[in-house]
Amino acid sequence: MIARLSTKLRNPWGKPRFLVLVTWLYLAWALLPVLVAMLFSFNQGRSRSVWQGFSIRWWWGDPSQSIFHDPQYTHALVHSLELAALDMLIATPLGVLLALGLTRWRGRGSSAANGLMLVPLVTPEIVMAVSLLLVFTQLAVVPFALVHLGTGAQVIGQVTFSVSYVVVIVRSRLASIGPEFEEAARDLGATPIGALRLVLLPLLLPAILASMLIVFALSIDDFVVTQYMSSNAATTTIPMFLYANARGGTTTPALNALASILVITTLVGVVMAYVLYTVLSRQAAAPGGASVLRELSGLEAAA
Amino acid sequence: MAERVGSREVGVRTGSSYWRAFAIPGVVWLCLFVVVPAYAVVAMAFGTENVLLQPIPAWSPFSWNPGWVSKAFSGALPGGEYWPAVRNTLVYVTAALGLCFAIGYPVAYYVARHAPRRLKPLLVVLLVIPFWVSYLLRMLAWIGLLSSDGYVNKLLIDLGIKHPPNWLNGNAYSVILALVYGYIPYFILPVFAGLDRIDASQIEAARDLGATPRQAFMRVTLPLSRPSILAGAALVVLPMFGDYYTNDLISASPRTNMLGNEINLFVQGGPEKNLGAALVLVLMSILLVAMAYYVYATARDTRRLA
Repeated sequence: MIARLSTKLRNPWGKPRFLVLVTWLYLAWALLPVLVAMLFSFNQGRSRSVWQGFSIRWWWGDPSQSIFHDPQYTHALVHSLELAALDMLIATPLGVLLALGLTRWRGRGSSAANGLMLVPLVTPEIVMAVSLLLVFTQLAVVPFALVHLGTGAQVIGQVTFSVSYVVVIVRSRLASIGPEFEEAARDLGATPIGALRLVLLPLLLPAILASMLIVFALSIDDFVVTQYMSSNAATTTIPMFLYANARGGTTTPALNALASILVITTLVGVVMAYVLYTVLSRQAAAPGGASVLRELSGLEAAA
Repeated sequence: MAERVGSREVGVRTGSSYWRAFAIPGVVWLCLFVVVPAYAVVAMAFGTENVLLQPIPAWSPFSWNPGWVSKAFSGALPGGEYWPAVRNTLVYVTAALGLCFAIGYPVAYYVARHAPRRLKPLLVVLLVIPFWVSYLLRMLAWIGLLSSDGYVNKLLIDLGIKHPPNWLNGNAYSVILALVYGYIPYFILPVFAGLDRIDASQIEAARDLGATPRQAFMRVTLPLSRPSILAGAALVVLPMFGDYYTNDLISASPRTNMLGNEINLFVQGGPEKNLGAALVLVLMSILLVAMAYYVYATARDTRRLA
């Protein structure tokens, strides 16, 4: 018995029983509090820490205080979705072009541009937020003077940190596609733009869609930059609303309901991104990718 | 064919300058909204105040006023005005990083190398979920659990502790635990990916050559996973250094202020934006030291493994 115990102590990794325990304890610790917080959105009473029975009043039932009846909540929800949509529409094309450029442009400035692209990924958010705030409030020069705190500044801030994620995702996909398909298209007579449009973009589509949804998730979860760039109550987002009210004794479980919406939206977005990426890239790797080339050569033959 | 495509382009591979054009919008965007704002922080830190105590940035290096920067840097040294915040930052981040390693490494190790094959995809999904659950909701969850009538104190009272601690008012342990809770997913995922990539035959070779499982772990697995540990550490340390909202939500007391709280206070709260900007420079210089170590350690690892 003692011998067995001492071997176990000397070799804690031998039988993974200890590891199994740590792993499941960690997962319970990581996930249960979130589930409890989401469950509390169904609390019947006003408390966010003591369970008082089940109801859906904070989701819908309460005629003035549920998230869909209290304009504060609906407004934060709508503004969050608005910002996420704008961020997605601007950051994705900007990031795709930047990824294409950074992958293939060799020469003076390209490595500096590469380094610049990585800066938002390694800078603490508060540093980006402070610097953007100062530039928008202190620098009276076009284009900065044209941007006012509020929706415009919030979109610019969010695009600035999301672009790099798009670049990273699209670039890894570009590396796995390789230049062959495009070269083949060029050999068959496509113009550079034609090869890009007819061959490369369809192959990149899964990565583009995946990065759109990731940008959506990043935007809807962001707090620091969005808060620094906000102007008034009209530009409050869900995370800002949570921050302002999380410790308040007066807020109801409607806050938990709002937070649950945030989580569900993000998780749905990420799962969709994952599924789209795997399904579409499998299709592109299979005959689908080659069929674009076949079509092109068919055109050639017809000509 | 030549007529159809246009003679200019036949046989000519697109050159580098063609692709540079694609990068231009993004590079211009980053210059406008990363480089210029970074300079704005420097200009503000070296700026002045007018008679109404409004901050005035000094855009030209010739009119720089070193007062705020020297105040911020000397205040950040032991005994200075901002030393408590700097000390809290260093202590909390170090403690949180240690806990991230102590909890995160065994978890990543188990899922990567010992989990049953059927269970592994599920475990990976469970590891990824917290990554995408809003940080603020995860803090909100703990505010509910740790509040005076919450489940944590209820459990402690049931266990016979008559006066459970006040978790949410200036309690440094709560702040550290909240930081670990918030950032540990960013540590586990890269470490998991690194451990998962290790070729099992390398560990088998060590065992075949007579290493005990413990020796094989200490001399093969652990050194091979060092780069991913460093990457995970960088991913949690960088945002923790700039964190202020965890503290605001879990503690809300100046006793546990971190550097991020001071910056937030001066930049968003008070009029002394110059000082806030100077403290951003303090933060960045601490981070530069940390990043220099990261680059040095990664380079050493690459040399050793090669």
